[in-house]
Amino acid sequence: MTAALELEGLRKSFGKTEIIRGVDLSIGKGERHAIIGPNGAGKSTLFNLITGRFPQTSGHVRLHGHDLAGKAPFEINRMGLSRSFQITNIFPRMTVFENVRCSLLWSMGYKYSFWNMVSKSRALNEGAEEILEQINLTSRRDLPAGVLSYAEQRALEIGITIAGGADVIMLDEPTAGMSNTETDYIVGLIEKVTEGKTLIMVEHDMGVVFGLCDRISVLVYGEIVATGEPEAVRADQAVQEAYLGAALEAEH
Amino acid sequence: MTDTSSIMIKKRSYGGLTTGTVAPWVICTAILLVLPYVFQSNSALTIMNQMAITIVFALAYNMLLGQGGMLSFGHAVYMGMGGFMCMHVMNWVEYQNIPLPLPLLPVVGGLFGMGMATIIGSFSTRTAGTVFAMISLGIGELIAASSVIVVAFFGGEEGVSGDRTYGLPVFGYEFLTKIEVYYLTAGWLVLSALLMYLFSRTPVGRMANAVRDNPERAQFLGYSARWVRFYSFCASGFFAGVAGGLFAINFEILTEENLNLVTSGSILLITFLGGVGFFFGPIIGAIVFTLLQSVLSLQTELWQLYVGALFVLTVMYFPGGLAGVIMMHVAPYKLGKLNTLVMPYVKTLIPAAIGILGLASFCEIMFHFKHAAVGEHDMSLFGIEFSTHSPIPWVVIIGVTVLGFWLAKRNSAELRETWANANVMTVPKEGGAQ
Ligand SMILES: Nc1ncnc2c1ncn2[C@@H]1O[C@H](COP(=O)(O)OP(=O)(O)O)[C@@H](O)[C@H]1O
Ligand SMILES: [Mg+2]
Repeated sequence: MTAALELEGLRKSFGKTEIIRGVDLSIGKGERHAIIGPNGAGKSTLFNLITGRFPQTSGHVRLHGHDLAGKAPFEINRMGLSRSFQITNIFPRMTVFENVRCSLLWSMGYKYSFWNMVSKSRALNEGAEEILEQINLTSRRDLPAGVLSYAEQRALEIGITIAGGADVIMLDEPTAGMSNTETDYIVGLIEKVTEGKTLIMVEHDMGVVFGLCDRISVLVYGEIVATGEPEAVRADQAVQEAYLGAALEAEH
Repeated sequence: MTDTSSIMIKKRSYGGLTTGTVAPWVICTAILLVLPYVFQSNSALTIMNQMAITIVFALAYNMLLGQGGMLSFGHAVYMGMGGFMCMHVMNWVEYQNIPLPLPLLPVVGGLFGMGMATIIGSFSTRTAGTVFAMISLGIGELIAASSVIVVAFFGGEEGVSGDRTYGLPVFGYEFLTKIEVYYLTAGWLVLSALLMYLFSRTPVGRMANAVRDNPERAQFLGYSARWVRFYSFCASGFFAGVAGGLFAINFEILTEENLNLVTSGSILLITFLGGVGFFFGPIIGAIVFTLLQSVLSLQTELWQLYVGALFVLTVMYFPGGLAGVIMMHVAPYKLGKLNTLVMPYVKTLIPAAIGILGLASFCEIMFHFKHAAVGEHDMSLFGIEFSTHSPIPWVVIIGVTVLGFWLAKRNSAELRETWANANVMTVPKEGGAQ
């Protein structure tokens, strides 16, 4: 069985500094995988490489066995990979409903159609309403997305990400900056909407990671120092050093 | 809670035409039909035709600026090229007896404009930012310059002229009279506006908004931002070309002026003045601008100064344009507080208007004083005759201006306060509304 996502010898340099220093990782279909690691380890950069936002310096990314080299983000998205961003990335001047509806268009086969009316398609509109319901934003339906609260915008970000029905979902710090109740809400939401899909998420909250994920990879200075099931990773010497190191640094 | 909202979802019907969406179109069409009975003079018809053409062009322009977030400094190219092509076709109809009915001529203009847009857009829509703006400027300059070089197409300095009446009569109409041309133009106005409105409701039209807001995010939804921009650009080129065709039919001549940067600049100005954020914004902009241009220019040589000032003030204080100002009143209206604004408006805007007229009078008297023929001391403003060399009119004008602005400023505090109150719900005693 081919893995949903496979990274092989992935490297990325910005100028002289190598940020991703040879990452090998295989994530199976339906697996929930967390990537953890200290700030600046390169987690977001790794996401950007996988989704085609930046080109890699060397190495391979394979989605369902297909090499993604040279593919633009929109092509990768069409192959069934969707992502959210660490810094909220929505369409601020469009309504919440419109945000979600736009994210359904491609997967519903509308492409660049200029002969269909978006308001005429029952499937499209009901699909969008359903997602609004799922992310609990039905009451905000007609507001410009830019005026939502931070937590609501994060929920919308997730809604946009999952709307297109991609089977590989990548979430970059979905709970960052949230209160405990908001975190619980978002985690419940993630659990609900990624049912049966492959999930790859960057997350700092260990409670979230251990509760949600099947496997964990620890990224430190651009390298994966450990991959495995939550319990095994927690006990791992290298991980403890990495986190201990980071904790000591923070004390200075 | 979940139950009620899912019932709400079921009740919401999709795709149905509602009175809310159809009414504005019906009303506007009706107005267009009766306008010639209200304003019957030839010059009024000319102004209305000019207005209609400008509306089509401004709406086409806003497909880029407002809907797609692309700032073009050279959009006159597509209207102009469409217009030139239509003039040539009009002449072919006359000399080669091509059986093309005149009312279909704008289609030719549209297709030609779209063809141009396809070529230019294929490389200019790569980004929306400064690069796009600079390319549009460069192309605008280039085409305007080639109009004196490629004489066969652009007709050199005289331009290309023709005669619309030599075509096939359509149901007995030969378009000899202005009124026939008016109805042709008005018909195209309604059709184009409707099509442009519908375009904004299609998947690619919706994605144009998305790409405008956040091109990168759109890419991660499966859409190439570049292709989305390209489609908007071509569609906009089409309707600009239609406007060019209407221009050709109305004025029977096209010159370099139709595609130069001045024309490109004024359509930007018109669209912005009307407001880029709403579909009807450019319509208001085109109406106001054409009125100012045709009415004000008869009254004063300084009209461009006033239009320029209006533009600068709009950009500075009302970036949403006139449409934005209108839509600002929706919230007070929904709260039922629009009436509270009437008196403060009267108390502020009337003195302000007096102040503005005073300031304009000052510009006029100054201009006359400096530039009138030697010995020519008499001028008239608002029907009052006076000598520019007597101190009295100066004192009166300056006094009225200062008084007007002072009153407006004094009363504006009240307006601001009422405005703030008119935009918040009066909280009932029981407490929170949410
Ligand atoms: N576009 C870029 N250009 C240069 N350096 C970058 C760029 N993006 C990220 N980096 C650098 O890469 C390192 C890793 O960043 P990032 O992937 O955001 O870390 P993480 O998400 O793990 O906190 C940081 O030192 C950052 O400064
Ligand atoms: Mg990060």
